[in-house]
Amino acid sequence: MSIDTGDTAWVLISAALVLFMTPGLAFFYGGMVRSRHVLGMLMQNIFSMGIISVLWSAIGYSIAFGGEGSLVGDFSHVFLADTDGVSGSIPTIAFVAFQMMFAVITPALITGATADRLKFGAYAVLISVWALLVYFPVARWVWNENGWIFSMGALDFAGGAAIHINAGVAALAVVLVIGNRIGHGSEPMPPHNLPYTVLGTGILWFGWIGFNAGSALAANGVAAQAVVNTHLAAAAGMLGWLLVERRSAGHATTLGAASGAVAGLVAITPCAGFVGGASPLIIGGIAGVLCYLALGLKSKFNFDDSLDVIAVHLVGGIIGTILLGLFADTSVNEGGADGLLYGGGTELLIDQTVAAVAVMAYSFVITYIIAKVIDATMGLRVEETAERTGLDQSQHAESAYQA
Amino acid sequence: MKLITAIIKPFKLDEVKDALKAIGVTGMTVTEVRGFGRQGGHTETYRGAEYKIDFVPKVSLDVVVDDSVVSDVVEAIASAASSEKIGDGKIWVTDVERLVRIRTGEEGPQAV
Repeated sequence: MSIDTGDTAWVLISAALVLFMTPGLAFFYGGMVRSRHVLGMLMQNIFSMGIISVLWSAIGYSIAFGGEGSLVGDFSHVFLADTDGVSGSIPTIAFVAFQMMFAVITPALITGATADRLKFGAYAVLISVWALLVYFPVARWVWNENGWIFSMGALDFAGGAAIHINAGVAALAVVLVIGNRIGHGSEPMPPHNLPYTVLGTGILWFGWIGFNAGSALAANGVAAQAVVNTHLAAAAGMLGWLLVERRSAGHATTLGAASGAVAGLVAITPCAGFVGGASPLIIGGIAGVLCYLALGLKSKFNFDDSLDVIAVHLVGGIIGTILLGLFADTSVNEGGADGLLYGGGTELLIDQTVAAVAVMAYSFVITYIIAKVIDATMGLRVEETAERTGLDQSQHAESAYQA
Repeated sequence: MKLITAIIKPFKLDEVKDALKAIGVTGMTVTEVRGFGRQGGHTETYRGAEYKIDFVPKVSLDVVVDDSVVSDVVEAIASAASSEKIGDGKIWVTDVERLVRIRTGEEGPQAV
């Protein structure tokens, strides 16, 4: 097939949109931490743009998309060898660029759970090893035509399982190893700058258009449907969250609006190019409500998922991945499948469930082992005085705000 | 000479400043502070978790004046800063042992 310039242009623009999400995530999270840790948070996020991009070009792309293995790729594209061909209707190297931005943001999602206490050096090792052992293989399972989840027939348009379930359950594993923040549950830890969080939400929402609609890998009707689905799910997610928050806590909050929109965006991610009509409103609305209710899990089980990565990304990712088994519609995308509510029976629902459970199990176990090994060797967590002083000074010898 | 210190509600600062200028006070120092008194704090809610915020933002105002105008200044601050609600703040007066204007070296009431 020859290169289509319209398709190529859209994928290249989408790569830039997805790249922008990582600094957006940095500010989304950065606003929620206390002021003495904000640079630590921003740094962990933008550092992913550095280290993971290098790893992606060195070996990540090859593990995820090289060769014919169903579990891992080969070394045929190490340092981007042999990437001058055509994939579908776009240059292979455009696909490499687009997928690179996904690889960058996925490990960065974890940083919200470990806020204020993860040592920088340990973080660098953690996300590097995690990318190599968890993200690159899982991306292959889900998106490469040889990957076992892809071959099984499960659908993941832009990364409900590969990204949000994967990073969300990894966050849980790391939190269980690193422990709670000093003062968790006894000291108030209010967000230091919610305007940053709202700004970050806007950037994420904007970038998510490229994340989801770019995943069509073409400038066509499926991409346009994904734009609309993405936006509507964010909108419905915001409303769902605010409704239940207003009823149970008394106020519709700014942080709630931001969080609900992100919950809707997470849930629509696997579904973006496979559903239509009112489905994005239902999926986003359900995610807004259930992700809010999932906030209570961390106090119930006493794990300090500081910025609610599990409630938003893990739970939101599961909701989207499973609901796709109900709402998928081949009249929207003939390359997809029909869900239970569109005459497809239970087959897709079962495949979606298997995909979700498999990614959860693999990611949790491997991430837990990686975190344990790092903790036993170099230490995962900063010293107590460093945590009290703040990551900004203790890890980076800087202050975000000069007096 | 006396040092008059007033803790007031931040939004009352401009009214207090204008009232003091109107009675001839020529300078003051303002600091943003946090604290609590009988007003106590308030609660804030983030993602369903309620936090009790004990320290409330206030403005602290320092004015050094001649003994003869102390009552006028205290009254001016009290009336301008009052909203007749809890949390309006406090005013206290302390003796100033020595006062120096750095530029001229003047001391005492001339330096006010």
